[in-house]
Formats: sequence, structure tokens, C-alpha cells
Amino acid sequence: MGWFGSKRSADSAKERLQLVLIHDRTDLTPTELSSLKDEILEVISRHVDIDSNAVQIAVEHDGRQQRLVADIPLKSQRRRTG
Amino acid sequence: MTAQVITVSSGKGGVGKTTTVANIAVALAADQVKVVCLDGDIGLRNLDVIMGLENRIVYDIVDVIEGRCKLRQAMIRDKHLPELYLIPAAQTRDKNAVSPSDMMRICNELRPEVDFILIDSPAGIERGFRNAIAPADRVLVVTNPEVSAVRDADRVIGILEAEEKRSTALIINRLNQMLVKQHDMLSPEDVLDLLGIPLIGIVPEDESVIVSSNRGTPVAQDPKSRAGQAFRNIAKRIKGEEVPFLDMDKQAGLWDRLQKMTGRR
Repeated sequence: MGWFGSKRSADSAKERLQLVLIHDRTDLTPTELSSLKDEILEVISRHVDIDSNAVQIAVEHDGRQQRLVADIPLKSQRRRTG
Repeated sequence: MTAQVITVSSGKGGVGKTTTVANIAVALAADQVKVVCLDGDIGLRNLDVIMGLENRIVYDIVDVIEGRCKLRQAMIRDKHLPELYLIPAAQTRDKNAVSPSDMMRICNELRPEVDFILIDSPAGIERGFRNAIAPADRVLVVTNPEVSAVRDADRVIGILEAEEKRSTALIINRLNQMLVKQHDMLSPEDVLDLLGIPLIGIVPEDESVIVSSNRGTPVAQDPKSRAGQAFRNIAKRIKGEEVPFLDMDKQAGLWDRLQKMTGRR
């Protein structure tokens, strides 16, 4: 954070580049990525209950490797009563 | 003798490819290493003026390809360095006058004669770029610490990966350390983190680069220039010598970490 609480320009440059490079390298637009996430969640939730508010799915990079990392917390199974 | 072919590329124009080629060539040739520079920018040649050889051109690369002269006749010897030659691009033709296999053939003919063949790639990722990388044993990607240059460098690196070109290395040109310290310019660490290839040189922004290009004597020949020193260091690393990176602001810390990151320590 710099003056007046605004982010310094080098930080914006890096963040913007990180996003743009993911899309350039994977050929995935932000819209496609978001529908990919929706579909993944739909398939998983057909089998188990998931905590959809805590789900995190993102493309991460490690050197020049791109990977889709998903953190999908499962809801604990409610015991059936009666 | 069998030459190593090194192509200098960038994607984006104006980041300093031609300056880089001229300076690495001058620094290598000053060390008694035999170097031929090939201008791959057909129709927009500039390596001749940066090297100060524009008045000596008789034949160009397209004349060689189309059989109007021998390869030797198109090689212009440098004014000061007897080990340095330039094969100029054609100015009145376009990139389609040359094919990747023409470039391979020319380099194969030169390989037994010299130590290094440096190819100045045109901007872009089309035919001229494909011609320039076809014979390359190694590609040096030049970028500036700036969003569009880094993005375009990433595209070029992606294509080189797909072409299975090995030992690609990065040159960060025109680094303004004062802006980096103010967090108003991407740092070398940021650029390396984004692009994910090894670093071979960082060249500081330096007015003497413009002065020397005005005169047609590459800045690597100026012993006082910081940029010249950075280019001379790159030439040494190309020859396999271990050279520490320049201390841009005379403060350790950042540079130590950077050297660790790139495995140069």
C-alpha cells in the first residue's frame, strides 16, 4: 500500500499480468473459467454435499506450469434420525 | 570450430533487440571470439546503423539466398573489431523472401567458420520470427519491466516451448532502479516470477545507449557505461563464465536474493 491507501503501480502491474498470462497460456477466458468451475461443482455435488460458500477454484502457476487448484470443503454428513 | 547460433527475440518491438545483438556481438568480438551477426528483419533493417556499418553494404542476405553473391561477399567486417561481421537484411524486400530452411542453410555454411552466430529477430511472432528461431541453438528473450513487453515475451516463450527450443534465457532491458525502489516499476524478481525462465542479464536504463547508437558505436565499447558493463557481462555468461549480476543501487539484499533465485550463487 502506498500513499492514500492506493496500491503502488508495480503491484497492479504484477497482479494484472498474472491474470492475463493465465488466460494467454491456457486459452481460457474468464467466462469459460467460471463455467468450468460451475460444472465441476455441479458434478461433485451430485455425489456429496459441499460447502459452496467456501469453495476455491483457481488457476495457479508454478514456473511455467499452470494448474487448476480446487479446494472444495465437504459438509459433514448429517446423521439420519428416526 | 562449430558456431553456436543464438537468436535474440522479444515479441514486442522497441524493447532493445537490435541494441542487444550489437552489444553482445561487440563484447564477444572484443574478446577475440569470432562472431557473425545476421539481421533477420527483412524490410526494416537496423542492425547496420546500430553497428555503424550502413555505408559499407553491397550485398544482403536475400542476395545470398537468391544466388547473386557468395556468402562471404555479404559479410561486412566491423570497422574496429576484425573478428566481427554483419550480414545485413534486405531493405527493399519483405520477410517472404526468406524461409526457415534458407536460414538453416546459411547458418550451416557459417558454423565451421566462426564461434557465434547472432540473429536479430524481427518483432512479432510471424514468418520473420519463425525464420530467426529456426536455426537457433539458443534463444535470448529481451523484455522491459513493463506490462506489454512482459506479456509479449510470455507469448514468445510459449512458442519456443512448443517448438522444443532449449536453454531459452531472459534479458531484462531498461531497468530503472529508482522506479523499482518506489514500487512503480516491476522488479527483476517480479518479471522472473511471471515468466519462469532463467535470467542471463539485467541492463539498466542508460542514456549512453542512445548516445552510442547516434554514433554507431555500440555502448559495450564504452568502458564507463553501466549498460555497456551489463552487456559485456551477458557476453561472458554466454561463453559460460560465472559473472555476478550488477549491483544496480550498490545495495546488497535484493541482488543476493536474485542471484540465489537464478542459481548463480
